[in-house]
Amino acid sequence: MNKTINQKAWFFVIPVFVLVAFNAIIPLMTVVNYAFQETFGNNVFMWEGTRWFKQIMLSERFHASLGRQFLFTFIILFIQIPLGIAIALTMPKEGIGVPVCLVLMSMPLLIPWNVVGAMWNIFALPDIGFLGHSLNALGFDYNFTQQIGDAWFTTILMDVWHWTSLVVLLSYAGLQSIQPAYYQAAEIDGASRWAVFTKIELPKMKKVLTIAILLRFMDSFMIYTEPFVLTGGGPGNATAFLSIDLVKMALGQFDLGPAAAMSLIYFFIVLLVCWVFYTLMMRNEGNQ
Amino acid sequence: MKKAKWIVPTVYIIFLMLPIYWLLNMSFKTTTEIINTYTLWPQEFTLENYKTIFTDSTWYTGYLNSIYYVVMNTVISVAAALPAAYAFSRYKFLGDKHLFFWLLTNRMAPPAVFALPFFQFYSSVNLFDTHVAVALSHCLFNIPLAVWILEGFMSAVPKELDETAYVDGYSFWRFFFKIFIPTITAGIGITMFFCFMFSWVELLLAKTLTAVAAKPIAATMTRTASTSGYELGLLAAAGSLTIIPGAIVIYFVRNYIAKGFALGRV
Repeated sequence: MNKTINQKAWFFVIPVFVLVAFNAIIPLMTVVNYAFQETFGNNVFMWEGTRWFKQIMLSERFHASLGRQFLFTFIILFIQIPLGIAIALTMPKEGIGVPVCLVLMSMPLLIPWNVVGAMWNIFALPDIGFLGHSLNALGFDYNFTQQIGDAWFTTILMDVWHWTSLVVLLSYAGLQSIQPAYYQAAEIDGASRWAVFTKIELPKMKKVLTIAILLRFMDSFMIYTEPFVLTGGGPGNATAFLSIDLVKMALGQFDLGPAAAMSLIYFFIVLLVCWVFYTLMMRNEGNQ
Repeated sequence: MKKAKWIVPTVYIIFLMLPIYWLLNMSFKTTTEIINTYTLWPQEFTLENYKTIFTDSTWYTGYLNSIYYVVMNTVISVAAALPAAYAFSRYKFLGDKHLFFWLLTNRMAPPAVFALPFFQFYSSVNLFDTHVAVALSHCLFNIPLAVWILEGFMSAVPKELDETAYVDGYSFWRFFFKIFIPTITAGIGITMFFCFMFSWVELLLAKTLTAVAAKPIAATMTRTASTSGYELGLLAAAGSLTIIPGAIVIYFVRNYIAKGFALGRV
């Protein structure tokens, strides 16, 4: 669309700007403040320069939680994106099946995150949970509060349960926007199912898939409540992802300086990855 | 082939429903049954857990608080995002691209980063433990999302619509409310759905910013789990009830989700 240049458009943006700035800039400045100083309470601050940043960057604990975080995000993206596309492709395109599928599939998205954690906790308990009991009955030695592998398995399964529907909804929307004429043309040309998928459906879904990947990356990178309720970061620190570790440091141990420095590094990583995605997305849009 | 196609969504839905069923199952059991036996459905069906929640004010005010700030946040977010999204979809102005990305960065900010400063900031302006504080703090991620989604829907509306209306003598605001907003109702529906959803499910900020007066239901649940022993049945009942508002919202926007998504950005 051809946009007109109009500087007065800023007036339309002012309410949003004020509301978000009120919430983003002031708290962020507080974090920056803490990141460079040492405090013993009573509003007494001492300049510390980059000491906290160096401490965090060199700490084993940060490396470990960052590593866990990347591994987790990578695994869930690797499962959820293909699975979401597959489900969207097999979903009914018209009739009563459509609202039934959509309503049932959206359910997990609207459950408060701590309830998701609590629900999976109850579901996975080795003695009285359906999942835990069934796995043990089948001969697996399953206990997600004791064994690291089981804790990871449960956390990932929970996230797949919780968020795959978002990918399904977005992919489905992308598929719906394809005109029937494309499919008819493909049929006349005798295109295989695979060719239809790679030549018609995938390109049309590109835009929504970018959004899906972006949203899933951001949200899985910030994941806090669900694993906190499910495993509490344990056993040991096995599922203590970045946010859990950060909250532990900031509110649990009250190490404000290092926690603030960690916040900024954390935010910077998310920002960097999203900026790359965003630029790629915008470039694609420009090409079309 | 046609028949086999049904298998994938069906299996997926069964997988989605299992944990929810288990939660409901637990909520209708007595504590002794939960602790002592493993049963696939309640042997002694009881509504005791639900009764506790509906009669104890510490429980049910949690629900009211949550609904109160979620609705407030949805209204603020959509109202503020509408003109902004219009500006982004129709006009070029100084710093528009940067502003748009800056807005998105706030959707990316981990709430854990903001929890402590938010607590200090809202305390210092005397808004701590109010519904307004939670509603405003959720604007941090909901406004950018609302702008993002609405901008997509608005860009799909041809600009000729605006121009024709002006030629016909409509003033800007009259055009905006009488013609433009009705054409993007699907988009507004989707946006409200997402704002409601993300505000309803968020707990970290809501918990940090409240103590008693505006405590969300989700926070009431964590407190119960930690202080009064492990009352699984009660916890399960409270959890089951939190699914209901979401289910109602989905029911209302189901047609928008099916058709509306395709029109806009998402």
